[in-house]
Amino acid sequence: MLSKVAERVYWTARYIERVENTARLVAVYTNLLLDLPKGVNLGWYNLVRLSCLEDSFMERYKVQDERNVVKFLLADESNPVSVVTSLNMVRENVRTTRDVVPADTWEMINELSIFVSENSAKALNRGQRHDCLEGIIRGCQRINGLLYGTMTHDEAWDFLRLGRNLERADMTTRLLDAGCVAIVQTEANEAAVNARQIIWGNVLRSLGGEQSYRRKLRAAVQGADVAQYLLEDPQFPRTIAHCLNAIADSAAKLPRCEPVSKYIKALQGRIFKGVDYSDLGESTREYLNQLQVELGQLHAVFAKQWFN
Amino acid sequence: MTINWSDYSPADFYDELFSSPGNPRKPARRLISYLKSLRQDEIEQRRQAAEATIRELGVTFTVYTEEGNIDRAWPFDIIPRTIAKKQWDKTAAGLKQRLQALNLFIDDLYHEQKILKDGVVPDYIIKQSKNFRPECVGVSPPFGVWAHICGTDLVRDKDGEFYVLEDNLRVPSGVAYMLENRAITKRVLPDLFEKVHIEPVNDYCERLFDMLISLSPRKIKQPVVVVLTPGIYNSAYFEHAFLAQQMGAELVEGSDLVVQDDCVYMKTVAGLERVDVIYRRIDDMFLDPEVFHPDSVLGVPGLMRAWRKGNVGMANAPGAGVADDKVVYAYVPDIIRYYLDQDPIVPNVETYLCFDDKQREYVLANLDKLVVKPANESGGYGMLIGPHASKKERAEFAELIKANPRNYIAQPTLSLSTAPTLIGNHLEPRHLDLRPFILQSSDIYVTTGGLTRVAMRKGSLVVNSSQGGGSKDTWVVDTEVNY
Repeated sequence: MLSKVAERVYWTARYIERVENTARLVAVYTNLLLDLPKGVNLGWYNLVRLSCLEDSFMERYKVQDERNVVKFLLADESNPVSVVTSLNMVRENVRTTRDVVPADTWEMINELSIFVSENSAKALNRGQRHDCLEGIIRGCQRINGLLYGTMTHDEAWDFLRLGRNLERADMTTRLLDAGCVAIVQTEANEAAVNARQIIWGNVLRSLGGEQSYRRKLRAAVQGADVAQYLLEDPQFPRTIAHCLNAIADSAAKLPRCEPVSKYIKALQGRIFKGVDYSDLGESTREYLNQLQVELGQLHAVFAKQWFN
Repeated sequence: MTINWSDYSPADFYDELFSSPGNPRKPARRLISYLKSLRQDEIEQRRQAAEATIRELGVTFTVYTEEGNIDRAWPFDIIPRTIAKKQWDKTAAGLKQRLQALNLFIDDLYHEQKILKDGVVPDYIIKQSKNFRPECVGVSPPFGVWAHICGTDLVRDKDGEFYVLEDNLRVPSGVAYMLENRAITKRVLPDLFEKVHIEPVNDYCERLFDMLISLSPRKIKQPVVVVLTPGIYNSAYFEHAFLAQQMGAELVEGSDLVVQDDCVYMKTVAGLERVDVIYRRIDDMFLDPEVFHPDSVLGVPGLMRAWRKGNVGMANAPGAGVADDKVVYAYVPDIIRYYLDQDPIVPNVETYLCFDDKQREYVLANLDKLVVKPANESGGYGMLIGPHASKKERAEFAELIKANPRNYIAQPTLSLSTAPTLIGNHLEPRHLDLRPFILQSSDIYVTTGGLTRVAMRKGSLVVNSSQGGGSKDTWVVDTEVNY
């Protein structure tokens, strides 16, 4: 398989995942703000900070309000990771790799692009936001369903899997980080006594993990448990541990994988050492930040071995 | 309500389907009687089915002027154009003859240049040619063949004969559309394929693949063949992807290839893999920044070295374009006589060379009757259609010709043949041409028919896809089998 084709397939998966996760992020934040007591103001701008996009936001917007942030994340073509931009990237990558993915992929991606361009304006006000975000998430799931159901498990499949799981792991760290930020920001607020549970419940929900968490832990939602679950649970498909296992599994099937496999193994060995679940504040944020750097390095390892 | 076929009148042009109003030609008879049996809404239904098929198959063509839109759907008319097999067989023989002679000519130019020394072709052809590559002198590609894939444009004049309008020997495009046109027609007019003996066209990709394989320097079981494309913004990207997919070859861009020890490799996830044959769809000047445009990012540094050493096969060979020149064109009948000692089977269109004083004088005095073309452009860019041009445009062109006579030729304005074309809900004659594709290596092959291009605007003679032309399926019909 050509390196470039592999790289494009990998990025296709990453961008599809990014589209879905961005929609989830906006959805959960909208919910969270509704759930928190009056007087607790988290601020939408957190979402821009979490994605490390302060600079490109400031270039275009003066006011850091809900409308601008949502527009920036969903519909802004000048934001390099907005839903619209990501979908354009998916199209460009699939356009040139149509012969290695199932034939209907191209059509479904076009449909989703059309849906987003026709509906993203609706998401700016809360009344219609849910329908739009739901449509985006469903669209991504449909594409992934198509791939699961009809794609042959060849090299292209493993590159898709690498991309999907790396992006997913990265987003899980950001959603956890969102939780920590909310905790830090509400700590001093007396009105927010019950905020903790609401916040962590929403973090779980944003990843669709509430049900499986409850079944597994059979306990109330609690910060330390949620964080440990989302990092270390090997079974839920959006945890760091699960994503890394999937990555290791797919990498091992690819040619010249030895250095990559070795790297992943070492990463799995050290990744959860030193997390302090008792204090989900600045030190956890620091850890999550480090985790994002590690994932970035993992991408560089893939690129060096297969995409160059 | 049915379409009124008796209203259709091609005026005083040769019409491909009708010999006179209401009188279909023999190869078109069953087609016409079938189409006549369809109601208007049925025809409309088929037209929509064709459009849907085009979208489904993703048949697109990029027009450079449409900014941001790189997926323009391929404009297609559902009424096929028919040619009698007997006439086609003769034409095909003429096309083979022509390409064989042209390849002998190119090979001669890069070696002894006997034809120049013998004074059959003047040597200014080389001295002032934009497409002669000194870097290719002395190279001997397999079978002495340089132009492996040729798209020759044919037109039919009033007399019903085919004439060669030009030979495209650089990177001719259109064959994928020829194949897709047939696929679409089979879907929308399937009944006809049982009734009419239509010659198939679908073996082209296999023939192309066999031809490419024959150029492999390594005699191994599965040589690695790649299609080298400039990328998605090229107008023919769809075709590049289509051909690669049909042949099971890798579609690569320059950055996917690398030259080491004078061999070409492609970068794969398993490491470097040797490439044996390149079907390149990039112009000569962009092939290798070491030799040609140093700032080209489309090509591969070292590619020319590898090719010259015979370590990689390349179709078409660099330098083949020297014969894709409208001045050389004027000499092709002489070239055929010189190398093959045969009379040309398919004639040229009468051509005036502006380099020749007498001929230039005639051209300048008759600009309102002539079509003037630059010698080295393709895609219908930069030409003057005298009868349709304004006085000012003609005056500007006269200056261009005087400034650079070598660069211009002129031809009489042809009465291009027409065929009935669906315009809204009725039929109108539209001008068309035909581009068959010829493959040569150890063997020589001509497509059955070719790509029929239609000038969709009323009265227009410009059929080029890059200028908004459309197309039709082309049927070579064996009238002797079942009539």
